[in-house]
Amino acid sequence: MMASSYSAKDEDGHITVSGPGGGTLRNKKPENTAFKQQRLPAWQPILTAGTVLPAFFIIGLIFIPIGIGLYVTSNNIKEFEIDYTGDDTSSPCYNCAKNFSWNNTKSCTCTIPFQLDQPYESNVFMYYGLSNFYQNHRRYVKSRDDSQLNGNIDSLKKPSKECEPYASIDNKPIAPCGAIANSMFNDTLKLFYNDPNGTSVPIPLTSTGIAWWTDKHVKFRNPVGTNSNLTAVFQGTVKPVNWHRPVYELDTDPENNGFINEDFIVWMRTAALPTFRKLYRIIQKKNNMAPTLPRGNYTLVVDYNYPVRSFEGRKRMILSTISWMGGKNPFLGIAYITVGSVCFFLGVVLLVIHHKYGNRNNSANISN
Amino acid sequence: MGMDFSTLRTLISRYCVGEENWVDSRTIYIGHKEPPPGTEAFIQQRFPDNRIVSSKYTFWNFIPKNMFEQFRRVANFYFLIIFLVQLIIDTPTSPVTSGLPLFFVITVTAIKQGYEDWLRHKADNAVNQCSVHVVHHGKVVRKQSRKLRVGDVVLVKEDETFPCDLILLSSSRDDGTCFVTTASLDGESSHKTYYAVQETKAYNTEKEVDTIHATIECEQPQPDLYKFVGRINIYMTNEPVARPLGSENLLLRGATLKNTEYIYAVVIYTGMETKMALNYQSKSQKRSAVEKSMNAYLVVYLCILISKALINTALKYVWQSDPNKDEPFYNQKTEVERQRHVLIRAFTDFLAFMVLFNYIIPVSMYVTVEMQKFLGSYFIMWDDEMFDEELGERAVVNTSDLNEELGQVEYVFTDKTGTLTENNMEFIECCVDGHVYVPHAICNGQVMPGAAGMDMIDSSPGPAAREHEELFFRALCLCHTVQVKEEDTVDGIKHGIHQGKSTSFYISSSPDEVALVEGMKRLGFTYLRLKDGQMEILNREDEVEKFELLEVLTFDSVRRRMSVIVKASTGEVYLFCKGADSSIFPRVISGKVDQVRARVEQNAVEGLRTLCVAYRSLSPEQYEEVFQLLNRAKLALQDRDKQLAEAYDLIEKDLILLGATAVEDRLQEKAADTIESLHKAGIKVWVLTGDKMETAAATCYASKLFHRNTQILELTTKRTEEQSLHDVLFELSRTVLRQHGGMTRDTFSELSGDCTDYGLIIDGATLSAVMRPGQEGSNSGNYKEKFLEICRNCSAVLCCRMAPLQKAQIVKLIKASEEHPITLAIGDGANDVSMILEAHVGIGIMGKEGRQAVRNSDYAIPKFKHLKKMLLVHGHYYYIRISELVQYFFYKNVCFIFPQFLYQFFCGFSQQPLYDTAYLTLYNISFTSLPILLYSLIEQHINMDILKKDPCLYRDIAKNSLLRWPTFIYWTVLGVYDAIVMFFGAYFLFDNTTFTSNGQLMTTNTQMMFGNWTFGTLVFTVLVFTVTFKLALDTHYWTWINHFVIWGSLIFFVVFSLLWGGIIWPFLNYQRMYYVFMQMLSSGPAWLSIILLITASLLPDVVKKVIWRTLWPTTTERIQQGRDNKRYERALAYMSSDSLLME
Repeated sequence: MMASSYSAKDEDGHITVSGPGGGTLRNKKPENTAFKQQRLPAWQPILTAGTVLPAFFIIGLIFIPIGIGLYVTSNNIKEFEIDYTGDDTSSPCYNCAKNFSWNNTKSCTCTIPFQLDQPYESNVFMYYGLSNFYQNHRRYVKSRDDSQLNGNIDSLKKPSKECEPYASIDNKPIAPCGAIANSMFNDTLKLFYNDPNGTSVPIPLTSTGIAWWTDKHVKFRNPVGTNSNLTAVFQGTVKPVNWHRPVYELDTDPENNGFINEDFIVWMRTAALPTFRKLYRIIQKKNNMAPTLPRGNYTLVVDYNYPVRSFEGRKRMILSTISWMGGKNPFLGIAYITVGSVCFFLGVVLLVIHHKYGNRNNSANISN
Repeated sequence: MGMDFSTLRTLISRYCVGEENWVDSRTIYIGHKEPPPGTEAFIQQRFPDNRIVSSKYTFWNFIPKNMFEQFRRVANFYFLIIFLVQLIIDTPTSPVTSGLPLFFVITVTAIKQGYEDWLRHKADNAVNQCSVHVVHHGKVVRKQSRKLRVGDVVLVKEDETFPCDLILLSSSRDDGTCFVTTASLDGESSHKTYYAVQETKAYNTEKEVDTIHATIECEQPQPDLYKFVGRINIYMTNEPVARPLGSENLLLRGATLKNTEYIYAVVIYTGMETKMALNYQSKSQKRSAVEKSMNAYLVVYLCILISKALINTALKYVWQSDPNKDEPFYNQKTEVERQRHVLIRAFTDFLAFMVLFNYIIPVSMYVTVEMQKFLGSYFIMWDDEMFDEELGERAVVNTSDLNEELGQVEYVFTDKTGTLTENNMEFIECCVDGHVYVPHAICNGQVMPGAAGMDMIDSSPGPAAREHEELFFRALCLCHTVQVKEEDTVDGIKHGIHQGKSTSFYISSSPDEVALVEGMKRLGFTYLRLKDGQMEILNREDEVEKFELLEVLTFDSVRRRMSVIVKASTGEVYLFCKGADSSIFPRVISGKVDQVRARVEQNAVEGLRTLCVAYRSLSPEQYEEVFQLLNRAKLALQDRDKQLAEAYDLIEKDLILLGATAVEDRLQEKAADTIESLHKAGIKVWVLTGDKMETAAATCYASKLFHRNTQILELTTKRTEEQSLHDVLFELSRTVLRQHGGMTRDTFSELSGDCTDYGLIIDGATLSAVMRPGQEGSNSGNYKEKFLEICRNCSAVLCCRMAPLQKAQIVKLIKASEEHPITLAIGDGANDVSMILEAHVGIGIMGKEGRQAVRNSDYAIPKFKHLKKMLLVHGHYYYIRISELVQYFFYKNVCFIFPQFLYQFFCGFSQQPLYDTAYLTLYNISFTSLPILLYSLIEQHINMDILKKDPCLYRDIAKNSLLRWPTFIYWTVLGVYDAIVMFFGAYFLFDNTTFTSNGQLMTTNTQMMFGNWTFGTLVFTVLVFTVTFKLALDTHYWTWINHFVIWGSLIFFVVFSLLWGGIIWPFLNYQRMYYVFMQMLSSGPAWLSIILLITASLLPDVVKKVIWRTLWPTTTERIQQGRDNKRYERALAYMSSDSLLME
């Protein structure tokens, strides 16, 4: 139907066999139906000051409380951020950052002490943040093979062309292939609580449950070989160039190893903007009434493996609690308050205009 | 020697019939019989067979030819290029995104065209294989139509259609005539008479026909249906005889034989050379103003597109100048990419950006616009109010390209006769030498006004006057081309005359003639019939008088008169001539010219159509001379028309004036009301007529074109005789400008009530003087400008005494004037075709003068009054609809693409698309296509009845007001604003915070991260909802279909997204959308931000609308509001009465 009309304007002069012009000799009296006579019953709303005014006030009255609620909630969320890039000589990671080399087999460790002024209740989420890192670059985004990651054996042996130049080394396929996998974040972050009595207590970090359930269980799958041993399954592939360990040695837990390693899955979900954070670990709430992270001094221990200085990037570690609306997010609250107030204000303006000028028009109309 | 002699004779005879160098001709041997030896040897030409090929394609060339034709369209070609670029280079979006829609459009078009062509093939085959009767060796054999060859003699029986163009040889009638209806050619259902050549008409059996030995020479085929010149050379007597052939001998393919048992005819043009086939040429394409604006916008958007791509390419290279940004460790290029030359890389990048942003010019807009026009035109045809019970006809749409142009008309050029008036003539009176005669009968139940005060027949005195009177009545009975039909099976225009004994009808192509002959009948002289060249008249004494019809000097619109030469039974030869006063008076040498002229003028002022009648008595010598003159002209093969006209000019002179007739042509129903409405709508109405000034002016007054207080300015030959044209023009323009000095045209038209308005009358001769390219080019240009200036300030213009071409000239002149107004021409006759074709919109009236105007028009309506609804309602609606369609399409694609552009600044100018491929492809095809299409089909911002009642509303949309640049810029800015709100709204949510889902709705209680695809999906969701709601806010007419389509397409979007993300699609090599939409919906902030961003996007438009409506309302808005208030008041009243009851 679409194209039939599209070509209704035939450029040649051939007489069209059918079409609107083809009158027939039948009874030509048009049917008197509401549709054909364009008299279908209809609701005919008009946007006038009178009808819009209440809507504006209602929007204002709804949005402003929502915005305030959001803002308060967001402000109650506790968030702590620490930059450990180490481009500053005073930074504890300065040496690690400066002496970074891909050939280092032994990772460089740096220790950053920090202090939490407030206790963190409930579950605390630990993120790493990268800046100036273009995970959304087109060449980067498409450099993956979803079929390989889904456990397809053929793709495992012969990765997609999109993965170039990270598809194979010496004719051996890379698993997982592509630039995204190759550049996986591999700093190790550990947290220690410095007890007031001087001992350093490691804080237990949960590394599962950080990826989308569907990603972990459907989209990402380890290839199923003849035996269940991952090492055997990945036989014949090589690890990505920048990785220290092959993919089947990412974790000891078989449910979190290979392609279904959650750190890997989180990394594979490319960020929308060049400054981003990704969920790293969850600090589970303890059963007792004590806060998850009490007030006090902490130490962040970093295995510094990931170079960012070459592209002027930055690395951060973030600790955050969470509310019903997610993480700390003042923007949404402010935006709601703003839009709500604007609506309210416009409502008032319209009211004035309506009262001053609206009647004039109506009377003019009536006199017509 | 004998041979030489016969050659010489041939040459002489050919010379006599006016043969000159005649190159483009063909010779046909009737029955394939060679001419006798000695005649000039003709090179036998090869003629095509009688196969009609209306199909365009064959089985083999369909695909290449159809593809070629489709890609000749600029839009298709553009999309093809984009598609090819996507195929060749590495572009951000898959070729599917543009390939699929293009493929879809091309395929469906191809299928449709293929189907139509298949139908044509079928029709062709049916025509080509139907059998015809051919005379072969004295026997009638059947042959397939396509096997007919030039020279075959065919037998056609009654009600059969002619298989090709034929020359009539003989018919079952003794006089060698046959009747034909050309209904399928030009729609005229009246019967036309065709004649056989005198020499062959006796051969009317198959045996006899086979003995005819003759050749035909004629011109090569040409498309003019009404022109034909040829000659038949007959070798059956000792001396070859040459006879002229004209269009009266030519039977056209497609016409049908009527009222004649059978005919024999010879094939002269076959197959694609027949006149019908040659007339299959298209009319020139008309483009509407909206289409022009659309093209202008397209150019703007193309520029925007290119500059966007250029800016991004340049920025990309600036950004990439740092190698660490260009190729950070995590994102290396391949070796191939690295080695590519930088210029090639830059060019590829440019193309990639073009591809990324190409959706800003969507293929779907073309599809939707075409579809809107095509489907929308059905509403015109379906309109019950434009159906005419009497004719049984409804409006016809010949082109749907101009629907919206109907809402933009500024000038209406209308024909008078048959358009403003009924073209249903009634004989009112005649005047012989100043004595007035009125028929006794009262026709159609109407009492003749003032009939009692007229001189009656018996009061005419004197023997000389008596003689004139007798001659006058005979002249009117004889000088016409009316046919008499005795049976009741005439399906043409019926004029029942109950004659007491038998029923007979008068049939003519001119209703005036019928009226005159009928009028004569009421005055006692009845025209009986034409039999064997004898015209029979029943006079007052019930005696049959016979006159031999010698010649007919047919009517044409240039001469504006016709004559017959008859021989009375007494042997006297008379030439009777009737015609317009202006073409008769100069040729009159005696008679009571002054009295007749006075009467004619008086009648003309009353709006009657007048004709003058004169005669000339011819002596046998004079007749012989005349006969020679005519014969020579008739036999000419070249410029026959010109020669005939010259001959007529020589013959129709020295006339003696007899008298004049007056015929009334009543105004069409509601013509005045229609014209008044058009005036109120700000449309200028010009009447272009061939009629004389007084008659036309009277009609103008009657139809309210001129009012009583209209000051008439005359620009006529009468005035230019007194003063020079130059002076008249300047004086008039001074008069006009003095009045309107300082006033803008708009205020003038608003106040037309209280200040005098002007009406201009111009006649054809003066017009051609104004238009004539003068000696000094500057001066004549000046005349035209002055003329236009005067016209512009006149509310109504009447152009009388117009030749058909002059009508077109006027239209062209106005079209070309500096404001380039939109013109509409409306007419019913062949003489209006030129202006119908010339004007922006041509409208044909299904009148009595055949179907030519209807065939050439863009729209055809049964009556003039339907023009009102056509313009004020349909035109208005279509304009509103299509302008919203165009603006909305650009708007929604700005909203769509601008976020992608912004995104480039945050992804290193890497051409990363923001949205998934499926969204890119389906946005225009399915998510947002149907609501706007439906809107553009059924939107009614104001009720139909109000539009009709209040023609002023038409002014609100005049001058393409909804598609002017400010409006366009407003929409574009709105689009950019919405895009910014959507993009940065999402950006701030993602940027400095963890925009996450806490997954409460999901089984695991975790906090999950959103990636770039979620970002795009969020923007896209807001986008789809925003643009759909925007349209919903613009919709003023919510039928159930609107609800269904608007909410339906939103639901479709959600369902599609759920489905698209719900499955691992096996055929895709990426699964980036997997669960993205659902994860987004499971996040509270996503919901909140979607609601917020939609509200924020729609807010400014609503505020703008409301404020504008309150502070600067247009007439339309005032009326909408008025309606609302009334309803509100009614509701209030209702409520108060309720409360009273409660108390």
